[in-house]
Amino acid sequence: MMADRIFVYIDHHLGEAVVASWEALYAASTIAASMSSGVTALVVGDGVRSLAEEAIAHGASAAVVRESPSLKDFRPELYADVVSGVLKESRPEVLVLPTTGRTRELGAMVAVDLDTGVTPDAIALEVEESAVVATRPIYAGKLLTKEVSRTRRPQIVMVRSRAFPRPTPDTARKGPVDVAAVTPGASATEVLGYRASDGGVSLTDASVIVSGGRGVSNNGRLTPPPEITDEKQQEIWRAHQGFELIRQMASVLGAAVGASRAAVDAGYIPYSNQVGQTGKVVAPDLYIACGISGAIQHLAGMRTSKTIVAINKDPEAPIFKLARFGIVGDLYEIVPALTEAFRTQLGK
Amino acid sequence: MNIVVCVKQTPDTAATVTVENGKVTWGDAPLVLNPWDEFAVEQSLRIKEAHGGKVTVISLGLEGAREALKQALAMGCDEAILLQDPSFAAADTLVASAALAAALRKLDPLDLALFGRTSVDSDTGVTAAQVARRLGWPSLTLVAAVVAVDPQGRTIEVERMLEEGRQQVRAQLPAVVSVVKEIGEPRYPSFMGIRKASKAEIPTWSAADMGLQAPSPAVTWPALIAPPRVNTHCEMISADSPGEAAAQLVQRLMEEKVL
Repeated sequence: MMADRIFVYIDHHLGEAVVASWEALYAASTIAASMSSGVTALVVGDGVRSLAEEAIAHGASAAVVRESPSLKDFRPELYADVVSGVLKESRPEVLVLPTTGRTRELGAMVAVDLDTGVTPDAIALEVEESAVVATRPIYAGKLLTKEVSRTRRPQIVMVRSRAFPRPTPDTARKGPVDVAAVTPGASATEVLGYRASDGGVSLTDASVIVSGGRGVSNNGRLTPPPEITDEKQQEIWRAHQGFELIRQMASVLGAAVGASRAAVDAGYIPYSNQVGQTGKVVAPDLYIACGISGAIQHLAGMRTSKTIVAINKDPEAPIFKLARFGIVGDLYEIVPALTEAFRTQLGK
Repeated sequence: MNIVVCVKQTPDTAATVTVENGKVTWGDAPLVLNPWDEFAVEQSLRIKEAHGGKVTVISLGLEGAREALKQALAMGCDEAILLQDPSFAAADTLVASAALAAALRKLDPLDLALFGRTSVDSDTGVTAAQVARRLGWPSLTLVAAVVAVDPQGRTIEVERMLEEGRQQVRAQLPAVVSVVKEIGEPRYPSFMGIRKASKAEIPTWSAADMGLQAPSPAVTWPALIAPPRVNTHCEMISADSPGEAAAQLVQRLMEEKVL
C-alpha cells in the first residue's frame, strides 16, 4: 500500500474524539484531490482502535493506530514522541490537526522534532505549487495572514474549530487499519485527575452563543436583598439576575453563554465565558449580544459569527454596525420576551 | 527558585490594526507588554514571594521591547535581558523558540520558565511548548492555578484549563508553564518599581552570545489580508412591545434560515 501524503491527527479526550477532529478530516479532504492523495487518520492513545473506524466513516481512507496503557492520559511529550516517530517513518507531506488545547502542544512539539513549521487556527486551506497555504487570523481576527512552509516537510497545519463543516459519517466505509503497540519512555508529568467544567455548552463548539456585557447590571428597578449593602456587591447581584435571563435563553437555544471583557472584569461572570481578543475567539452560526456595546477587542473575538443579533439600549452602540438584526431596548424586557418566542417557535 | 518569564511587546488590544503597503500597522496606538504576559509576570512574582529566589524577564524583540521589559521590572522582576540578532528577523515560532531556549540554557540552573498563553499579535500559542521540547522540560500550558511548588522535592502541581474542564497535573522541575487569566489579576507597578525600572541596565544578548546558530524560519507569510468588511446592513426591529419585537425577530431569523 502506498502511504498517503496527507495525515490527519485525531484528537480525543480519554478516548472520546472531539468533533473538531472530523472537521480536520473534512479540511484535509479539500486538499486531497489536488495532492492526488488519500487521507490517513492517525490515532494515538490507549484502547482507541474504535476511533480508527470512526475516522474512516468520517472520510479517512486508512488509519494508523498506536497504543499503550501509558498513553491513556494525553501527555504532550509522550504523544509527540509517537507522532514524530510515525511521521519519520511514513514521511507524509502534510499533517493536519484540529486546534485544541492538547494539539497546540502536540503540533508545537512535533514541529520542533521534525524541524518544520506549524500553523495553528487555520480557517482555509489551498494548494499552491504543491505546498499548502493556510489562511489564519492574527490580531484576534483584525487581520488575516496566509502562511506557508515551502521548503520543510511535513507541513503541520492545525485547523480552527467550526471553520470547516463536519462530514456526515458513513459507517459502510471501510479502509485498512494499521494497529501497533508502542512503548513510550518515562514521563516527568503525572496526571492526577480531572474536574468537569460547569456542564454548559463549550463556547468554541457552540453553534449558538448568547452573550452579556456591562449592560446586564443596568437595571435600577431590581432591588437587591437588604443584607447586600455594598454598592459594588449590589451591582454584581443585579448582573447575576441579568445573566440568569441570558442563561434561560441559552438553555432554550442549546447555546453557550458568553460575556464581554467589561462584564468579566467587573466580576459578573467567570473569565472562562469571555469572548474577545483576550478571551475566546468564536464563530457560531448565531451570536446574540445583550447589553454589549461592542468594544473593538470584543468584536475581534466574534466578528466572523454568521448572524449577529444585538440588543442594546443605546442606538449608537458600535455593535449595531456589525449586527444583522438589532433591537434597541431594555434587555431586561427584550431577553425574556425573546426566550418565550424561541420557546414557542422551537416547541420547547 | 530561579525563575525566567518570557515576554513579548505587542500593540494594545484596543488598537485598530490594518494593512498598509503590505505591512501591518496599528497607527499611533501604544505598544505594550503582551496582556497575557502580565499574568505570567504576576505568577512568577507570587512564586518568588512564596519561596524566595529571583525572577529574570527576557524578550525577543527590537529596541522597543525594552519598554515591555521595563514594565515587567516595574512590576517587580529582578533583571531583564533583551535577545536581539539579525538572524531573529522574520522569526517564526521555530526561530523564536530556539532563541528563547538558548537564553534559558545560558541562564541555567533554572526551576521554571513562565509564558503567557499566547501573544495578542501573531496569536499562535505554541512557543512555550516548543521551548519545553527543545529543553526536554515538561510543558504545562493553559495553567489556571499553581496549586503547589515544592523546591526541595523539585515538583510543581498545577490545574490546567482544557476544553473539557480542569486537569490536575504534577510535573518535575524544571518545567515550562504558560498561564491563563484565571491565575489572578496582575499587580500594578509600584512607584519604587517604576523608578528602579527606569534606571535599569538591560543587557542585549546576540545569537553568538548564546552560542546559537539560529535555524532559518520554516514559515513565510506571502500575504496579509484585511478581513473582508462585513457589509451587514443592520435591520432594526422596532415594535410597540418587547413581545412583538421578539416575535418579529424570531420570524426574521426563521426566514433567513438562521434557526
